[in-house]
Amino acid sequence: MSDHLPYRGHDEAETTGIGLAPSAMATAEAVGIGIGDTIPEGPPDAEHKRKLGIAAWIAITWLVVMLLLAILAPVLPIPDPTETFPEIARQGPSSGHLLGGDALGRDLLSRIIWGGRASFAVGFGAVAVGLAVGGLLGLITGFFRGRVDAIVTPLMSLLLAIPQFVLALSLVTVLASADDVSSARRIGVVIVGLGVVSIPILGRITRANTLAWSEREFVTAAKAMGAKNFRIMFRDVLPNVVPAMLSIALLGVGVAIIAEGGLSVFGVGVQLPTPSWGNIIAEARGQLRQAPHIVLFTSVVLFFTVLSLNFLGDVISQRFEVREGQL
Amino acid sequence: MTAGGLLKRLAQLIITVLAVTLFSAFLLELLPGDPVEVLVPFGSDEQREAVREDLDLDQPFIARYGTWLSGFVTGDMGNYYTVSSKRPVWDRLKEAFPKSAQLVLYSQILALIIAIPVAVFAAAKKDTFFDRMSNTTAFAMLAIPNFALALVLQYYLGVKWKIFPTSGYTPITENPAEHFEKMVLPCITLAVGQIAIYMRLLRSDMIATLQQDFILLAKAKGMRSKRILFRHALRPSSLTLLTVAGLNVGTLIGGALIVEVLFQIPGMGFMLQEAIGQRQIVAFQSLVAIIAIIYVIVNFGVDLLYTVLDPRIRNERSA
Repeated sequence: MSDHLPYRGHDEAETTGIGLAPSAMATAEAVGIGIGDTIPEGPPDAEHKRKLGIAAWIAITWLVVMLLLAILAPVLPIPDPTETFPEIARQGPSSGHLLGGDALGRDLLSRIIWGGRASFAVGFGAVAVGLAVGGLLGLITGFFRGRVDAIVTPLMSLLLAIPQFVLALSLVTVLASADDVSSARRIGVVIVGLGVVSIPILGRITRANTLAWSEREFVTAAKAMGAKNFRIMFRDVLPNVVPAMLSIALLGVGVAIIAEGGLSVFGVGVQLPTPSWGNIIAEARGQLRQAPHIVLFTSVVLFFTVLSLNFLGDVISQRFEVREGQL
Repeated sequence: MTAGGLLKRLAQLIITVLAVTLFSAFLLELLPGDPVEVLVPFGSDEQREAVREDLDLDQPFIARYGTWLSGFVTGDMGNYYTVSSKRPVWDRLKEAFPKSAQLVLYSQILALIIAIPVAVFAAAKKDTFFDRMSNTTAFAMLAIPNFALALVLQYYLGVKWKIFPTSGYTPITENPAEHFEKMVLPCITLAVGQIAIYMRLLRSDMIATLQQDFILLAKAKGMRSKRILFRHALRPSSLTLLTVAGLNVGTLIGGALIVEVLFQIPGMGFMLQEAIGQRQIVAFQSLVAIIAIIYVIVNFGVDLLYTVLDPRIRNERSA
């Protein structure tokens, strides 16, 4: 991808971009010309590429704070998320309870912090399942192709033939329908359900990138030197495929966190009274008139978290020039 | 497309449909414990036996799937079971389906109506303020969870400012004005995410198209910009959009199910929620099968349409 970079300076000197050299056509996005425009932007120089913008730092800070709060929830000076204070039921922010109380008088700030724990567990857990299974399958099918590919890839496409939310909903509903499902087990079921959904998505991305990298000269060279297949796969190919996997995985964490909320609307998300961002919002939907702050505050936290995850995923794919177009 | 090509696609379609129904039938297998126990937990022994017989639970999985499938294709979608009676799922489904379909259709149209012009102008005015703003907005829109947006819209536009009704459904035949009024908030909720996806996609496609020689020719002929953009550039750029719009029907269906529950629209999502709440696992299974099949067929249709619209693919594939 980067081999056209030396020509950028030359292209930039032209005043009209239409009908330029083929190399310019290939970099349509980067050079980009509207009708009647001259070429507006210079080449993204190395300096610019290496530095993270201020927005990226805000996103990182937000996520770090949210993660720290979630991890440290048990030692923070906040009330228990299931403890009720009748006087703050449906009440907005007050001095003792910064975000007010929920319908039962539980401290909303505490529930949002503890909810982050469940939501992040679901988000990262589901993506970890997808990365482990889908990533491995994608790597193997992309590297060996042939018979493994012919068997595994159609199976993955079949998983994609069912609308994702419906697939997750049916898996979780069925696996969690026993009466005695504890809240820890329910989180496990939600992780597995959403993880299965993410397998074909991460598998596909990994396979496409593995296919491309496996044809590079250094892989041929490694083969010629007699390196074992697994060594080439994990030492030579995998590190190059990781950026693509990572950028999709970050998006996946956000998608999984949102999906848990969708499941909560159907009553099969994280089990109450254990809070998750999804089930706090879903539970408070009947309180919209009396206590809109529950939905509003939690939604804002959820939105900024997903936005940050998406943004960082985007930053990674741009820095490593992950091309989604080739998939 | 040649007849052979069409046959091959049809075969693929049938295999996929069979596979998704197999999956939905397998759901009953995944259920921990006895399905009868789940369906009629308080039934007497005879009542349980009747349900067991009705579901062919004494048969092996494949035989049961066969029976279920032959019933399914003839319109027998299974039953809602209560301790003493059963009620066909189909009775409810035939009422619910059009509501979900309307919701998905309106949202898709709304998303395209907004996304296409914005993307075209953003591409034409690349790197201007308008372009950057629409890009940033689209990016933020992608991060909005639909269930949270539904409630936030309900609160501000429904409860607080009382512009739109917050929930419910009116058939279009009964009162068209009220029908659309009640559909506004659910459709906005569903459209927001789609608008962002379509906008980003079409914008980058348009930018690529605008650099091609035939656009230069059109400009050299002195054609007006608007005409170039919408007549010459939009059509070749819209093919990817079409595919993605088809694929996104899956996301839309998933979103519609959630939105129906939140806005009290008695469509298939509403039925699903009820089936989950009342543990009507047979009804649940049939609903999942129906939704999956609809999605498969929509994508099949988009695939065909794609070949019709793009002569390059038509020739390539038939060769």
